[in-house]
Amino acid sequence: MIHRIAALIVKEFLALFRDKRSRLTVVVPPIIQLFVFSYAATYDLEKVPYAVYNEDPGVFSRALTARLEGSPHFNKVAVITRETEIAPLVDARQALLVIHVDRHFSRDILRGRSGRIQVILDGRNSNTAMIALNYIRTVVTAYGDELVRTAGIRGFPAVLETRTWYNPNLESRWFIVPGVLGIITLLVTLITTALSVAREREQGTFDQLLVTPLRPVEILIGKSIPGCVIGLAEGTVCLLAAALWFKVPLRGNLLMLYGGLGLFLLSAVGVGLLISSLSVTQQQGLLGVFLFMVPAVILSGFTTPIGNMPALVQHLTRLNPVRYFMVVLRGVFLEDAPPAVFFAQFWPMALIALATLSLAGWLFRHRID
Amino acid sequence: MRPSPDRRTSERPRRHIVGMRRLRGMIRKEFLQILRDPSSIAIAFLLPVLLLLIHGYGVSLDATNVPIAFVAESPSAEAVSLGEAFAGSPYFNVRKFRTMQDAMTALTTHQVNGIVRVRDNFSGILDPSRPAPIPIQVILNGVDANTARLVSGYADGVWALWLEARVRQAGGEIRPPVELISRIWYNSEMRSRNFLVPGLIAVNMTLIGALLTAMVMAREWERGTLEALMVTPVSILEILLGKLIPYFIMGMGGMALSVIMAVEVFAVPLRGSMGILVLTSSVFLLVSLGIGLFISIVARNQFVAGQIAIIVTFLPAFLLSGYIFDIASMPRAVQIVTHAVAARYFIAILQSSFLAGDIPAVIGPNLAALVLMAVFFLTLCGLKSKKRLD
Repeated sequence: MIHRIAALIVKEFLALFRDKRSRLTVVVPPIIQLFVFSYAATYDLEKVPYAVYNEDPGVFSRALTARLEGSPHFNKVAVITRETEIAPLVDARQALLVIHVDRHFSRDILRGRSGRIQVILDGRNSNTAMIALNYIRTVVTAYGDELVRTAGIRGFPAVLETRTWYNPNLESRWFIVPGVLGIITLLVTLITTALSVAREREQGTFDQLLVTPLRPVEILIGKSIPGCVIGLAEGTVCLLAAALWFKVPLRGNLLMLYGGLGLFLLSAVGVGLLISSLSVTQQQGLLGVFLFMVPAVILSGFTTPIGNMPALVQHLTRLNPVRYFMVVLRGVFLEDAPPAVFFAQFWPMALIALATLSLAGWLFRHRID
Repeated sequence: MRPSPDRRTSERPRRHIVGMRRLRGMIRKEFLQILRDPSSIAIAFLLPVLLLLIHGYGVSLDATNVPIAFVAESPSAEAVSLGEAFAGSPYFNVRKFRTMQDAMTALTTHQVNGIVRVRDNFSGILDPSRPAPIPIQVILNGVDANTARLVSGYADGVWALWLEARVRQAGGEIRPPVELISRIWYNSEMRSRNFLVPGLIAVNMTLIGALLTAMVMAREWERGTLEALMVTPVSILEILLGKLIPYFIMGMGGMALSVIMAVEVFAVPLRGSMGILVLTSSVFLLVSLGIGLFISIVARNQFVAGQIAIIVTFLPAFLLSGYIFDIASMPRAVQIVTHAVAARYFIAILQSSFLAGDIPAVIGPNLAALVLMAVFFLTLCGLKSKKRLD
């Protein structure tokens, strides 16, 4: 039996790697994408283009705008003098925000009233707008605190002191890069498994495989191993890149990470083979991949939190193996979470793997064209 | 191979590059094939509806009901009142804890996302004779930096409102030295769905365009039917157009369905003109179909074509297009890469078309880039397939 499976595994690897283009496709682009995506996917803004519309002749507004100019987060693109100049700048996306300092800004502060600043933001991407507004607020609050100290204005009787655990500087790259590991592993696993049975069915070689002494379980193992091996290898490359190149802290137990990776690979291979054995043509297989992969990525907590989703969709995400792997990845990389957190992710992945793999194996023989 | 329905035309000498009757025959053949394997129909119509439904409802960057722990070390009237303020906010779901130790355990095991802790000196908060402000500790799980930043902002808001009300109750008044007023144009309620849904349409259309065509040429190569076509008088241009036109019609159908859903189901405003929307989507769909066709021609077998389509379509359109992540904040080298992602231009147009209206400064350059890409890929397809003929 071992002998038969080994022969099948060799055949599967050959089928993947014999064609030079396929060989390149499985190895090179995922590694390139790892780097490009890890650099690209960040919520931290840099050089936000802004314009200043300062009607205040006083000293305070100049001190405040000087602070913005000194910040690496902002990039001044225009100084305007009329209200009508605001709309063209924002419409054409030349400035993400316009800071309008009220005419009486300095006078109001001197008289003990609040000096007023208006910020106009381009809300076409409201998330970016919100982040930029938070940056501005930080600068303005810091300036207000300085006024309290130096000008003797009365401040708040109590203050919030906010700390963030695991990621004190709130670098979104620490959040995204471990996630990219999960996404790339999913991608590699799907491209090695999801079309493999469909191709054989379309070409008729799968029927030949079924009349050999190989049992469905053996075919299942033979078809699963290449995806698992390649996924494990590329997962390890991603892990090294995240820790050594992107310098994401690796605080937890690698054993937990590899335990999670193993279960995730099994469940992803299971889904891939299930898609593959459900389809009669490769085009159907490809459709299946996208019908699974797109929701699986978007509803995994990779970029947008699951906690924000409506309750019904949150329940739906329980069927998504990527969701659990994301928690494992971030739990190991950033949190060094307690074992209970990991085990709560392990068993659903194991269940998904079991269900999809056995269904795929059953369909090998029972899918009638 | 079935006999060509336009057999009679084959007797004619090839005077025109595109003969209408031959082309009509090719298109008819393609539609018959589409009907035979209905997965193309599913790609064009089922895929966009399903993805828009799941994502339009599922994806949101607006955090509500964030579970937080509230620790009051000595229960004073002030502490109870602040706890109620947090509990009354739609942004938070408050769980009370007696000790900091318990709250920290809840944070590490993901039961809560943050802790607000008031110490026993909190009751003296309104005493004006205090020399220094009293610190209130807030701890957040910072793993998801973006959400942590939002939640921190919400906490500041709840806190500022509570403090102001409390000081006023005590007969005092507090005024920050600088007051910040923000106005968000185009999306004043800051609904993240308003920009996510148009972006999703572009991501969906990228998938649909490429998926529809990625397999078709490769399939003909693989089965040898392309060679059979070559010996007929049908020209390469007719073959390519015969592939493009049916899928273009289906893709535009999918696009129309997506726009109707965005407006009717997700209540995203559509402020631009229909004409611009149709024009820009047509050009984008041509790019997208062209890329699919190009993959198909280069890969020559469906397996590799499928693999390439999976790799080059979804994730780049999702991550490198400005759909969620701001392109201007990416490193220079990555910004250059994003210029090769067609979805980038379409998303810029769609976000303006839906939320702001027809803005020439946005539509002009982005549409030009799309036209360029369409010409580039379709020409490449023509050249590449000619080369294979020799």
